[in-house]
Amino acid sequence: MLISNDDRLSFEKSRLGRRSVTLPKGRLSEPLIASQVSRQSELAFPEMSELDTVRHFINLSRKNFSVDTHFYPLGSCTMKYNPKVNDWVARQEKFTSLHPLQPLETAQGMLRVLWELEDALKEITGMDRFTLQPAAGAHGELTGIMLVRAYHASRGDLSRKKVIVPDSSHGTNPATAALVGYRVVEVASDARGRVDLNNLKKVLDDQVACLMLTNPNTLGVFEEDIIEIARLVHKEGGLLYYDGANLNPLLGIARPGDMGFDIVHVNLHKTFSTPHGGGGPGAGPVGVKKHLIPFLPEPLVEKTKDHYAWVQHSEKSIGRMKSFHGNVGVLLRAYAYLKVIGKEGLMRVSEGAILNANYLREKLKDVFQLAVNEPCLHEFVLTLKKAAEKGIHAGDVGKRLLDFGFHAPTVHFPLVVAEALMIEPTETESRETLDLFVEAMKRIAFEIENEPDKVKNAPFTLPVRRPNDVLAARRPILTYRDLCRAKNTTEIAA
Amino acid sequence: MPYLPYTEQEKQRIFREIGVSSLDDLIQSIPSSLRHPQILMSHGLSEIEVQRQVLKLGSRNTATTDFLSFLGAGSYEHFIPSAVQEMVARQEFTTAYTPYQPEASQGTLQVIFEYQSLMAELTGLAASNASHYDGATSLAEAALVALRQTDRTKILVARSLHPHYCDVIRTYLAQSSYQVEEFGFLAHGGLDLESLQKKLTPDVAGVILQTPNFFGGVEDLNGVSDRVHANGSLLIVSGHPLSFALYRSPGEWGADIAAGEGQPLGMPLGFGGPYLGYFVASQSLLRRIPGRIAGLTEDADGKRAFCLTLQAREQHIRRERAGSNICSNQALCALAACVYMTFLGKQGMREVAELNVDRAHYLRERVAKIKGFKVDLERPIFNEFVIHCSRPVAEICKKMMAARIFPGVRLGDYYPEFKDCLLVCATETKTGEDLDRFLEVLSQC
Amino acid sequence: MEVKMNFPENLRYTKTHEWISLTGHKARVGVTEYAQKEISDVVFVELAKKGHPVEQGKAASVVESVKAAFDIYAPVSGTITDANGALEANPGLVNQDPYNDGWLFELEVSDPLSVDALMTSAQYAAFVQSGSAH
Repeated sequence: MLISNDDRLSFEKSRLGRRSVTLPKGRLSEPLIASQVSRQSELAFPEMSELDTVRHFINLSRKNFSVDTHFYPLGSCTMKYNPKVNDWVARQEKFTSLHPLQPLETAQGMLRVLWELEDALKEITGMDRFTLQPAAGAHGELTGIMLVRAYHASRGDLSRKKVIVPDSSHGTNPATAALVGYRVVEVASDARGRVDLNNLKKVLDDQVACLMLTNPNTLGVFEEDIIEIARLVHKEGGLLYYDGANLNPLLGIARPGDMGFDIVHVNLHKTFSTPHGGGGPGAGPVGVKKHLIPFLPEPLVEKTKDHYAWVQHSEKSIGRMKSFHGNVGVLLRAYAYLKVIGKEGLMRVSEGAILNANYLREKLKDVFQLAVNEPCLHEFVLTLKKAAEKGIHAGDVGKRLLDFGFHAPTVHFPLVVAEALMIEPTETESRETLDLFVEAMKRIAFEIENEPDKVKNAPFTLPVRRPNDVLAARRPILTYRDLCRAKNTTEIAA
Repeated sequence: MPYLPYTEQEKQRIFREIGVSSLDDLIQSIPSSLRHPQILMSHGLSEIEVQRQVLKLGSRNTATTDFLSFLGAGSYEHFIPSAVQEMVARQEFTTAYTPYQPEASQGTLQVIFEYQSLMAELTGLAASNASHYDGATSLAEAALVALRQTDRTKILVARSLHPHYCDVIRTYLAQSSYQVEEFGFLAHGGLDLESLQKKLTPDVAGVILQTPNFFGGVEDLNGVSDRVHANGSLLIVSGHPLSFALYRSPGEWGADIAAGEGQPLGMPLGFGGPYLGYFVASQSLLRRIPGRIAGLTEDADGKRAFCLTLQAREQHIRRERAGSNICSNQALCALAACVYMTFLGKQGMREVAELNVDRAHYLRERVAKIKGFKVDLERPIFNEFVIHCSRPVAEICKKMMAARIFPGVRLGDYYPEFKDCLLVCATETKTGEDLDRFLEVLSQC
Repeated sequence: MEVKMNFPENLRYTKTHEWISLTGHKARVGVTEYAQKEISDVVFVELAKKGHPVEQGKAASVVESVKAAFDIYAPVSGTITDANGALEANPGLVNQDPYNDGWLFELEVSDPLSVDALMTSAQYAAFVQSGSAH
């Protein structure tokens, strides 16, 4: 068989005395480890030969779907191709072997990369300065909301306790706001997922710290009234925050800075092609307009003539968000990407993203039901309401797609659409791939009508099928030790 | 057009097929006043040109492969086995998404589970998450857990904790009414336990300290967890993870949470990132562990299967207090750590730790004999120690750099008590010749 | 939407889907059948703390599903006297038997009259039906 059946842990393959790596044998001194500070228990780590260890991990890798092996139309995730030249750049020794605290004169090439990347992000988004410190989109969001708080506090404006988010927004927004001490108020969107101006006016007052928006929204629809929305928010003294998850279709076409956003976070692992890595590392640089620059995290890169340096730029800074300088390896990849696609490439990316999304939308609109019946930008949402009447849910369709060799789209999100499937093909897919996806969806639509069990109980061709997440949460087994303990009490089979 | 599949004709054909004449028809919803901004950016380059440019920029860097480096302070030069680099480069790992569809991600999920198992074993605690962004943010998360678990308002932080970690904890807590207070160290950099005891008041939720501390000294924490627990507070211990293979682990010290920097476990220096924040907690804190966690369960056919679990806290919004946290992990870095720890295995981990102690001791013993420099030979160390210079450290550094050596971090930049001191790190990557070279140049300074 | 759900008549109900049953000054609290359905499979319950005073409308306990965690509010003010320890080993009781074995906590009620002010079974049923329940 091609995909290994062996689901043993490395610990279960371990044999006493075996080893992989060879290390220098000689010792130069005879240090004593005092017993009152020495480790007392044995380190029960696996012991395997190098070949067995290599096979273990390579076989595990083959149990994964990935962009390099499968079409991955996850909405709002922008699973575009991860160019290999990015990886080449990021693994150059002149960058990987730089210590973050080495003297600045010895890292001028590195600092210049950071400066140029910041420049490019400023131009693309229409903002005045960026911090490259945040390690992920969520981290960038946290940074952004802290900036909001610092801004209002600096103006003695301490009564602003509310953050507004559209009900179509991502679940992380409320959690971020709560962490910074804000209360979240939802504003109801219209049938197209856009902010309803009348509803917005009802919740807008001088207690609002900011409005968090992603544009286009999670239905792939552009907020046409964005300029008016910005005006209304600013009139009340609030700030406008841009969640950059859906920036891809706007590259070279429109800029959040021009729309009136005060703070922006971008996701380098989405729009800017750095790999997702199975869940990170990403990077979430945050851009601001002039009036927010003093609050940016410390330190920032400054350029004087031809020299680059870290500068503690302001007493009003919110401080550090992370140790050292941010996810530099990820920043290098985004830098390489922008160097290759260049200025002309920006619009080709957004055009390609919009084209592929609309092509897929046209082909699927008669197979399932569209949530919004109009052209989309980079993504669109299907509703499987009708299938739900037969007991088949969006999640089931996602699972069945795995059998056809496609990763599922985003399922059951956004919450404003019942039984949602959010589909974002990105610009790097060819129509042949999209056509195959359409064929699979048509087949699944047929199965829903005629062979519903195939969808309800899918997937059938993968290493596992429908892991029991309720059991996982009721009886947490999080380590090998937990597993051993559970086996002794015969709570689980094998 | 790089990475885009279509020729101009193919593109036009698709436009026609969907009944549209050009892109403009599809972006009508974008106000015309916003469209087509002026963007100042360089034109696209071919791959070969980009590589040339990057190499040129790289030539303006002096890497730790050009100079002999003795820099540590939270970012360590360790040997990464070739096999580790190969595994981490597998595209099925690097280009996969977060494992929300478990059937399509058993590879990532099992790696995370094994990573959790290894970290629990190394730190001597019950349950690990799938990682945080770095040591600093991991500690900030630990502080928040302590505050919520105890329902108290203050965190005590050792001044001998890495300054960046302290900064980040302060930034995170500055948004709330929680307080951060420091307790000091003694002349040699070790914990001032009297200072800690004095500050152990009923409002203290947690105590955060680091061993080996920022100055390289391994702390004797006998009795500390008792005192902290007697006060109803949690003990949070940070430290270089390889040191736990030889020195007492946080769990063995009675810590409730071990949180810190996992970069030494298979990640390059990389000018500071991406790194790895490890977070491991005792069984009683299981339901409060933030971030992603992989769990083992069974699937619909009774087979062993892995899935993300204990996710509820991420979507829990409590109105009265600071909310739950949304944090992605650094999955690829956790993979690197898992692969590193598995390839090193039981014996390799211990041997690498021994080599670090060996190199640092050799260096320290001999620096003690050089006129004009003082070290503390008493303190147990792992791979770092402090050199007190009798002359301005700037001069020393200049001479060392001229001899193509990165001598270490200038402690005076962070601690006024350690003006004219260097924090010097010697890992298993240093040979006897490397160390002798350092000594030779230092003796001429 | 026609939903045949059970809301026992001897209990009182809150808008946040807790039920309360009062005997003298002692009361028992749980979540309604509607709530357990919305929550779906309960995987963990953070039990109310014995001896803790609670205010009406403030969180006393937390019920977790795979997807989310839900605050359970005290329907009236008082002091927690007991929490259902059986839920530690078997959190699913909240789904299986929300009104009996799946009870959450007991409290000493400050003002028994405050219970009368809560919704009756019929009022709660109407509240749920009206769709404003979410």
